[in-house]
Amino acid sequence: MEHTIFIMALPLLSFLILALAGMKLSHKVAGWIGTLSLATVTVLSYSTAILYFGAGRGADGLFPTLTPYNFTWLPLTESLQIDMGIMLDPISVMMLIVISTVSLMVHIYSFGYMKGEKGFQRYYAFLSLFTFSMLGLVVATNIFQMYIFWELVGVSSYLLIGFYYTKKAAIAASKKAFIVTRFADLFFLVGILFYGYYAGTFSFTPEANILFSAGIVIPVALGLMFIGGAGKSAMFPLHIWLPDAMEGPTPVSALIHAATMVVAGVYLVARMFPIFIDFAPEVLHIIAYIGAFTALYAAVVACVQTDIKRVLAFSTISQIAFMMVALGVCTSDDPHTGGLGYMASMFHLFTHAMFKGLLFLGAGAIIHAVHSNDISFMGGLRKYMPVTHITFLVACLAIAGIPPFSGFFSKDEILTACYNYSLMMGVFMSFVAALTAFYMFRLYYLIFWRRGYYETQPAMFKKGEIEEKPHTPHEASLTMTVPLIILAAISCVAGFIPFGKFISSNGEAYTIHLSIAVAVSSILLATVAIVIATTMYMKDQNKVALILKARSKKFLTAAYHRFYMDELWLFVTKKIIFRGISRPIAWFDKKIIDGFMDILATTTQLFSRQIKRFQSGNIQSYCIWFLLGVMMLALTLIFLI
Amino acid sequence: MELNTHTIIFMGLSLLMVTAALLAVTTRNIMRATTYLLFVLFGTAGLYFILHYTFLGAVQVTVYAGGIIVLFVFAALLIGRGARDLTHTSLLRYTAGFTASVTGIALTIYLIFTHQFPETKPLVSAVPIKLIGHTMMGVEKYNFVLPFEVVSVLLLACMVGALLIARKR
Amino acid sequence: MIPAEYYLILAALMFFIGIFGFFTRRNLLGVLISTELVLNAVDINFAVFNAYYYPEHLEGFFFTMFAIGIAASETAVAIAIILNVYRNMRTIRLKSLKKLKF
Repeated sequence: MEHTIFIMALPLLSFLILALAGMKLSHKVAGWIGTLSLATVTVLSYSTAILYFGAGRGADGLFPTLTPYNFTWLPLTESLQIDMGIMLDPISVMMLIVISTVSLMVHIYSFGYMKGEKGFQRYYAFLSLFTFSMLGLVVATNIFQMYIFWELVGVSSYLLIGFYYTKKAAIAASKKAFIVTRFADLFFLVGILFYGYYAGTFSFTPEANILFSAGIVIPVALGLMFIGGAGKSAMFPLHIWLPDAMEGPTPVSALIHAATMVVAGVYLVARMFPIFIDFAPEVLHIIAYIGAFTALYAAVVACVQTDIKRVLAFSTISQIAFMMVALGVCTSDDPHTGGLGYMASMFHLFTHAMFKGLLFLGAGAIIHAVHSNDISFMGGLRKYMPVTHITFLVACLAIAGIPPFSGFFSKDEILTACYNYSLMMGVFMSFVAALTAFYMFRLYYLIFWRRGYYETQPAMFKKGEIEEKPHTPHEASLTMTVPLIILAAISCVAGFIPFGKFISSNGEAYTIHLSIAVAVSSILLATVAIVIATTMYMKDQNKVALILKARSKKFLTAAYHRFYMDELWLFVTKKIIFRGISRPIAWFDKKIIDGFMDILATTTQLFSRQIKRFQSGNIQSYCIWFLLGVMMLALTLIFLI
Repeated sequence: MELNTHTIIFMGLSLLMVTAALLAVTTRNIMRATTYLLFVLFGTAGLYFILHYTFLGAVQVTVYAGGIIVLFVFAALLIGRGARDLTHTSLLRYTAGFTASVTGIALTIYLIFTHQFPETKPLVSAVPIKLIGHTMMGVEKYNFVLPFEVVSVLLLACMVGALLIARKR
Repeated sequence: MIPAEYYLILAALMFFIGIFGFFTRRNLLGVLISTELVLNAVDINFAVFNAYYYPEHLEGFFFTMFAIGIAASETAVAIAIILNVYRNMRTIRLKSLKKLKF
């Protein structure tokens, strides 16, 4: 497994080359460097996975945890040390595949999407940096290495969101994303420090008796770590940065803000899962409730957004919340008696990465064709963009949970886990799943069906109502459609992967068996939701839609404004924190502390102004003072002593 | 202290020197100041004669009166009107200088009269030139060939330095 | 025989007259003249101490002589400097020469 070091080294190398010499390279060469290194990484990741899972289980029936590389980076005390290395276990190998696959697709896709953009080389450099950091995050051997790469991921995300750095909205969005996640990461760091102090190690496998003696601190530390994960994974109420992050280039949204980085929080919880389940199950359940609320909230908001990428962003939040819920509803580490959620969560992470990446790339193709994010400029696109249409439909079916597409299988496992936990949770999540199907098909119909912009506009042009002849959208180029087709193919078949054979909560093989009741009910719910969406949005100006719109105007407006969460945050930060805390502190700093220093300086200045006159530059006065001093001394010495 | 020739000459010289010195530091005209300085220097030479240091008196006259005064005169003439002390010194400076000087004089005179000097055993005849020559050029203890050479080098250096500083560029 | 104190008093008077001149003179040449007075007073002291208290030695004698020589060289250099200052600043008034200030 020694070749795993190249999985880390190649993206870093390509980042360094592109960052240092990018401006000297042509667009084509820069793109090829990034893509080729990523292709190699993908090949290496797949071979790692084949070798790892092909080697079979050990004598204890588990896949062994390998650490091909590990060196001590910072020895803090005898036992407490920070290592750097590569660790391979089922979930990190699975993440390697996810990251390298989506990243490769995005690299290829960006050839077409970013063609001719200014800063093409910079774009590929940042992509490489991001891939490097994300890979480092998943193969981290300890929580501190994970934290370091966690921050690197945050930085590359910041850089890529702000890629169009001349656009004000992009700058604001990148700052928002960085500050919000950074704020959450503060809790993560505090949690790590707690954990390191009380567990005596940063590794993922501390000694159980030390943890027992630490008592309440371990749940607190884990809870703090989860806040960090909630920041990255956009859990309510820290989700506010993700919708704005859509200001970045669309392939970036596909890679970072849909498939990989945002699931880092899920991955973190999964990483710490053994400790969670043994020492802090109540924290896990809190995570489940937060996740459930976030899933509902994001799904409701997604129903009324008009920006195609915003819809997808809220859908992402909702789906990640599904994964969190799945982890949170675990009650033991046995997949047969309550640990099913772990497997389901990882499974959904895998399938979601594929179909959500596909959705974003499809959205990118559409945006590329119509030059707008707004749904109102779309409609009827199925005639113009057949490939995009079919792949988008596949992704929608997958996310809606229609068999045989991948989303059905993973979501079904999640729902089964929820029903196992409690009926309430199961019903609730089933409802959110139905909502998911509804808003995705709303989006689908609004984009591809409906008598849309491109049919009304030419008619208006003919009548002479508008001056400009509207352009006709066209199918995207081959570099963009090929990744779409590949991802669609994966989304079609990924559900049949016997996932439980590879990953389960205690590492033992688990055979997925669908619960008939859950499966049938969820298919029914999804179908009903799709039918409702079809009746409401397939044609223009449906009566039901209009009546609903009129009836619940207030609610819709609130949902459109995301229930004013951003405003609430602004109120808390600007009105309360800035005005109530920062202002007085600033005043204290300026008036009291600076004032004290100013007084010192002013006094010194006044005093020196007074004695400045002695320094007249006139030797005669110097001599007079000198002589007077000598006289004084002589008189003192002669008469007084 | 009986009133003999020596005493009369000394008193006369003293009077001349103090008067000339006072005038030298107060007169406005720099040429006059130089002249008064010349009188002081001559007076000093006279004192050396009274002390039986005739050679020293001769050096004083030749070097000081002959050399330095000429330099002053040249400088005053070269600078001309700029060398005049046209403005008055500020009263404060004047008072401060005066106070410091008078205090100094008082202190020194007080010390002179209170200090226990050793027995005086004055010279009765002039120091012979031969002795001076041997002491100046001798290499034994209490002989001065090294300072002599050092001073000669110093004089050379000063000559070159003065030329360098003052020459026109 | 004139007492040594008379010489010393005379020298002290000359010394402090020189000091006074040094303080109150307003141009460089005047200051230099005052310095010469101070030097002369010291010379007298050397000679007097030698002649009255240690007549068998010649230290004071030679000190005086070397002092005269050094005074001569010092004056030469000083006057060269003064001439140079005058050439550059067109003045030798102390009030105008304040490059040392602050």
